[in-house]
Amino acid sequence: MTSPVPLQSITKPIECIAADTFAVPAASSPPQDFQTRLAMLRALFPALALTLCLCLPSGKAAAQDQRDLQSILQTEAEEVASPGRRSVGSVIDALVASELPQAPEFLQRWSEREVLQRTTDGLFFYGTREGDSYALTDLSTGEPAGSAPASEIEEIRPNGGVRRVIASALVQFQLSDPIEARRIEALDSIARNPSADQLEPLLASIEDEPSPRIRARKEELAGMLAATFGDTPEERIAAISALSDGVSVQIRAVLNQILSTRSEVGTEIPEGTNIARELTPGDDLTRDDAYARLVSEDLAPEIQSRDQLKAALTANIDGGTVGGVPIGALDTEEARARAYETLAAAGTIPRLVTEEDVDAALASHVFFEAYDEDDPAITDAARAALNEVETRVAVHQVADLALDAVSLASIYFLAAIGLAITFGVMGVINMAHGEFIMMGAYTGYVVQQIIPDYTVSLIVALPLAFAVTFAAGVAMERLVIRWLYHRPLETLLATFGISIALQQLAKNIFGTQARPLTSPSWLEGAWVVNDVIGIANIRIAIFVLALIFLALILFILKRTRVGLEVRAVTQNPGMAASMGINPERINMLTFGLGSGIAGIAGVAIGLYAQVTSEMGANYIVQSFMTVVVGGVGNVWGTLAGASLIGVLQKGIEWMNPSNTLAAQTYMILFIILFIQVRPKGIVALKGRAAGD
Amino acid sequence: MTRKTFLTENRSVFWFLLSLGVFALIITVLADGSGNGMISTSFVKTLGRTLCLMLVAIAMDVVWGYTGILSLGHMAFFGLGGYMIGMWLMYARTEIVLTASLNAAPIPPTPEEIHDAIGSQIFGLVGSSEFPAIWYFAPSLPAQLALVVLVPGVLALVFGWLAFRSRVTGVYLSILTQAMTLALSLYLFQNDSGLRGNNGLSGLQNIPGLGDVPQSHLSIAFFWASAVALGAGYVLFAWVVSGKMGSVIRGVRDNESRVRFLGYHVESYKLFIFTLTGIVSGIAGALYYPQAGIINPNEIAPIASIYLAVWVAIGGRGRLYGAAIGAAVVSLLSSWFTGGSAPDVNLGIYTIQWTDWWLVLLGLSFVAVTLLAPKGIGGLFDLIGNRHPVPATSSTAAGPDLGARRTVEGEEEK
Amino acid sequence: MIKTLKLSGVAAIALVAAGAAQAQDADCPIKVGVLHSLSGTMAISETTLKDTMLMLIETQNEAGGLLGCELEAVVKDPASDWPMFAEKARELVSNDEVDVTFGSWTSASRKAVLPVLEELNALYFYPVQYEGEESSKNVFYTGAAPNQQAIPATDYFLEELGVEKFALLGTDYVYPRTTNNILESYLESKGIAKEDIFVNYTPFGHSDWSTIVSDVVALGEDGKQVGVISTINGDANIGFYKELAAQGVSADDIPVVAFSVGEEELSGLDTSNLVGHLAAWNYFMTAESEANDEFIAAWHAFIGDDARVTNDPMEAHYIGFNMWVNAVTDAGTTDVDAVREAMWGQEFPNLTGGTAVMGTNHHLSKPVLIGEIREDGMFDIISETDPVPGDAWTDFLPDSAVLTSDWQELECGMYNTETSTCVQIKSNY
Repeated sequence: MTSPVPLQSITKPIECIAADTFAVPAASSPPQDFQTRLAMLRALFPALALTLCLCLPSGKAAAQDQRDLQSILQTEAEEVASPGRRSVGSVIDALVASELPQAPEFLQRWSEREVLQRTTDGLFFYGTREGDSYALTDLSTGEPAGSAPASEIEEIRPNGGVRRVIASALVQFQLSDPIEARRIEALDSIARNPSADQLEPLLASIEDEPSPRIRARKEELAGMLAATFGDTPEERIAAISALSDGVSVQIRAVLNQILSTRSEVGTEIPEGTNIARELTPGDDLTRDDAYARLVSEDLAPEIQSRDQLKAALTANIDGGTVGGVPIGALDTEEARARAYETLAAAGTIPRLVTEEDVDAALASHVFFEAYDEDDPAITDAARAALNEVETRVAVHQVADLALDAVSLASIYFLAAIGLAITFGVMGVINMAHGEFIMMGAYTGYVVQQIIPDYTVSLIVALPLAFAVTFAAGVAMERLVIRWLYHRPLETLLATFGISIALQQLAKNIFGTQARPLTSPSWLEGAWVVNDVIGIANIRIAIFVLALIFLALILFILKRTRVGLEVRAVTQNPGMAASMGINPERINMLTFGLGSGIAGIAGVAIGLYAQVTSEMGANYIVQSFMTVVVGGVGNVWGTLAGASLIGVLQKGIEWMNPSNTLAAQTYMILFIILFIQVRPKGIVALKGRAAGD
Repeated sequence: MTRKTFLTENRSVFWFLLSLGVFALIITVLADGSGNGMISTSFVKTLGRTLCLMLVAIAMDVVWGYTGILSLGHMAFFGLGGYMIGMWLMYARTEIVLTASLNAAPIPPTPEEIHDAIGSQIFGLVGSSEFPAIWYFAPSLPAQLALVVLVPGVLALVFGWLAFRSRVTGVYLSILTQAMTLALSLYLFQNDSGLRGNNGLSGLQNIPGLGDVPQSHLSIAFFWASAVALGAGYVLFAWVVSGKMGSVIRGVRDNESRVRFLGYHVESYKLFIFTLTGIVSGIAGALYYPQAGIINPNEIAPIASIYLAVWVAIGGRGRLYGAAIGAAVVSLLSSWFTGGSAPDVNLGIYTIQWTDWWLVLLGLSFVAVTLLAPKGIGGLFDLIGNRHPVPATSSTAAGPDLGARRTVEGEEEK
Repeated sequence: MIKTLKLSGVAAIALVAAGAAQAQDADCPIKVGVLHSLSGTMAISETTLKDTMLMLIETQNEAGGLLGCELEAVVKDPASDWPMFAEKARELVSNDEVDVTFGSWTSASRKAVLPVLEELNALYFYPVQYEGEESSKNVFYTGAAPNQQAIPATDYFLEELGVEKFALLGTDYVYPRTTNNILESYLESKGIAKEDIFVNYTPFGHSDWSTIVSDVVALGEDGKQVGVISTINGDANIGFYKELAAQGVSADDIPVVAFSVGEEELSGLDTSNLVGHLAAWNYFMTAESEANDEFIAAWHAFIGDDARVTNDPMEAHYIGFNMWVNAVTDAGTTDVDAVREAMWGQEFPNLTGGTAVMGTNHHLSKPVLIGEIREDGMFDIISETDPVPGDAWTDFLPDSAVLTSDWQELECGMYNTETSTCVQIKSNY
């Protein structure tokens, strides 16, 4: 293997350049010297910008006669081939320092994993895989450089950490990049990884920014950087105060970092410390924690644990006794304590730490948190700003939670409304309702297999799911349920039999794997108000779908002939029959309608969650709860029930965020108690229609 | 009307006890444990567990078939009974292991030390070492045995009181009981509940202090204990559903309002039945889980209670032996079909593998039984003996939901 | 006279040997129990493993069987029901008299069969990554222990991605609980403050992830790099990843490393928005080796579907089954104790290249791979370690740091190195 350029000859110049021109400071540069770096950068920046401008059109010829990209890379070939977050800095520094016009492009494509290494000679190329070989492109010239079989090529895959480092190095090149996406990328990188040296280039790029949106973002970011890295306290305080009307995670991050504290303990608070707060043992931190901190700072002796105590005793066994207590008698805590005290009194082992010792130790020390930032004016400003931000965030969080609750409620509503119709109108509990949801979802899946376009397939799947489950519902009503109208408990069990049979059938047909049901691209993503409030588009769609069905069902029940007949049959089937209504037909239609809606709900649920044979079972109990809490036989009741359950579940989840199961448990307990208060649900039918 | 004795009134009791006794004896003789080896230990355990399921099934029958309350939560009481005995089994077994291990140290262990070691042994698995408060009685067998009765009993009492007091009936009550068992299982699924969350309590087949007794003998002992419990339960429930008490609860089933107007305090009767069956379910569970070896919250999930109702329905409601037979037949068949020992059926184009199709068959046969043979398997006995387990009413169809009056006057009262 | 006696002695020995050989012949076919759920919630993962076992057994039979016998698979369906696992295990061992059993996915089901295995002295191979804290005489753990998956992945987060704040999201059962416990104390030992670790547990099959994902995003409010370590199990992952994609959480903002998400789970969703999120396993389908290509080809041929993926537990069964075959061949018998001893130190090439070694603590030594999700639902392997020996007792929990397992020398799976005593021969259930 031969290197095209002798390595020795190029190593030296690079070192020189790296030493006397500027090096991009690593993101983790120590803060104390940032002032000097900043000053240096400020001086260098116009020069850099100038160089870049000059280089871009005519750089090729100028750069090639000095060094070329390949040779720089070869000096640290190993790091280029398998970069690490902590060590990749040297390569990047060398590349940036080389001022090669191809360097930014290389960095970009390196992080996008388009760089390859040929194992035969260790050279780097850009390239794409074509079957069993790779088409190679030269790094410097961009000319095709032949091809190589896959076995001779190693794809270079920088990991996320490295890519982040590369992205921050690219910032300076990208801030004024003509391609908008690149500029946004640069800004994202700054937001992810802010550092002092980005402030100047950022400020400089604002003026020429053509896009008002990006410009606003640049200004916002510059404000954030100034709050942390500004030159004078006044400048920083001004920047901090300007942040107080935001809510974004980044703003909070900036403020929180200014306010970062360290916990300390001592006999007194040292002079000149910027104290965040004093901690009182027992209130702000537990006695045990406080004492443990003393122990870890070597300010107090350790409390002996039972094991340590036992070990100490074991170590001092003296001919069948320990401290005068026979070994056999050491099987109580008191005896052990006595033996220990005897030994301690004799000075063989350290004294037992008593409660009084702990109290005394705690009383003679102060526990406090001190800001890392020494200037109280800055921390006060940041605290004030953060308080303001957090108040606003709290309000927004409530709004976000409300959105989540509405979304959950609409899902429950969709899942339950079909059940409410069959249960409410016909008094029939359909345990197979969940399986109709599943059937709908699988219909959606099958349609997607046939029609690859997600939008079209969704448009086809919704009515088709309705049709399939409508038919299934009608079939079930005709075959099973109509024979059991006066035995509601047995309907419950018979439909349960159908439910387990359908579930197993689905498993036999579709397998036990979850099946993909992918939403069209216009339903991807989320509606984001700000960093706190946001909701997935698919959930909005489900909400809209729920509204549509609410309206549709209300319309059918209240405004159509069928609806009238349904209501008549609900109230008094005998009388309805004698008025010329065919109750059997109405029952069949109602059941089909309820099942059909379940099918639509299935498509909707499948779009945001998983499609499995058991998905219906996950919703069936919740759906029952929704119907029962809301009140049977009333669409509004179901709506109320779904809202109550959705809001309640989100509320409990919010109070106990680390345990979602608890939320579900307490919600059910609440429902059980709620039924005590309102046995007929929120919206109870009155009078004759209520039946019994 | 001449006065009849309990046994002549309930001939099924005699036949049931007789066949149970004969069955138990045959199994004992043939079992592995008696050196005969015709029946494997695992099958003896399966049979023993089936007896416990039969016990909870007849309890369910009393609640549903006789009193008309379709409880979809009785497996919760069953599971609680199992948890209560499981706590002692785990504690005591771990205690024996650890005491031996700690005694090997030069200094004898203190009770606190053992207690803490047991805690970290039992809960270390789920990331804790503290004993939760509910384990307070775990070291004591009598206390936990008392809890086997008390915990399900109190839960049934409180829940029943709340539900019956506010006159929740019919499907509402079914859903409410289902909610109860769902809440309980979700609660137990949480690690914070102190019963080892999803993992549950395990190793329950190893009876503390009986480490030397082989499982083949233990299985026979538990089989007999289950048989005795089932026999006693059968007699108890046969007595409960006969006589005046039986008439009242059947009246409640057929027309609650009418019984109430007759001056009976319906709620008390329902509450009594609900609580009593809850307690018996708890006892059945306490016998079941040492034979199963592990209990976890899944056992309490709503589906388990629905299956219980399925057994009773297939066996035939309103007759105790029907429920018992239903539980035995369905659970044993389930075990056989899912065990992979059922032969595949080759249809030429498609081979039916029963592990895949058993649930479909069960589901459909369940629909068929409900539709076509509401009396279930127990109905077959009517063909043989031409007898009615339920004192004859004027009704031709004695289904629990078709009361005497309703069959005559028809449909407007849903 | 003496000669004849000797002769008759030889004859007797020959007779006995012949009898033994006959007994061995009578033992044919050698039965292999397969105890994976084919119905219920776990069927989604376990059915594949049953098929893998059937394939391996078929392959072995085509290659001439074992000890001159055909292998016969005895498949039972424990229906995702833990007590049923215990019951079926007992049936397999005492009724069907299987010589070895391959089975279980969840830890709870393994814990359920443990007492039965230890009572009846049966052999069991467990193929799934698990939480450790166990070493049974009767079980060989071919999946990853925490130090072969969770700890290296966490190191990768700390070292390579510079994550400073962790969200440990898991399904509420023993594996996530114990793993997160170990990780918490590991992270604390690495200087991550307790406040910077957010733990959340969700039920099986959870689908409503919006609030939890928002909570995770909000963790970034103090400016620290947030990373998610997910022990979310099974199909709940689908909702989780869909929500991540919907809220626009990219791997560059908040990387997610999952321990229970493999090719199989990803086949249930569209991965175009998840590119860059991570998973840690000992095997990925994209591993480049001849053995892997053959395995995938054999799998596709067996299952009759070229779209089916392979995953880590399948490789575990592949290694475990082949090691067992070799151990039986070495021991010349299927006798449990003899095979167990032959298993120690047993080596077999794994599918990612390199060699897996069975340790005397019944855990494998395997390399740890970290993969990034690609658009096609496969993983780009971006990091591979040297083989790591599985550690039954984690070093990062005080109670288990003092414990060790060695069935060869110490004859104990739970040996306290401080007091030099065997805490117990049997396992904790």
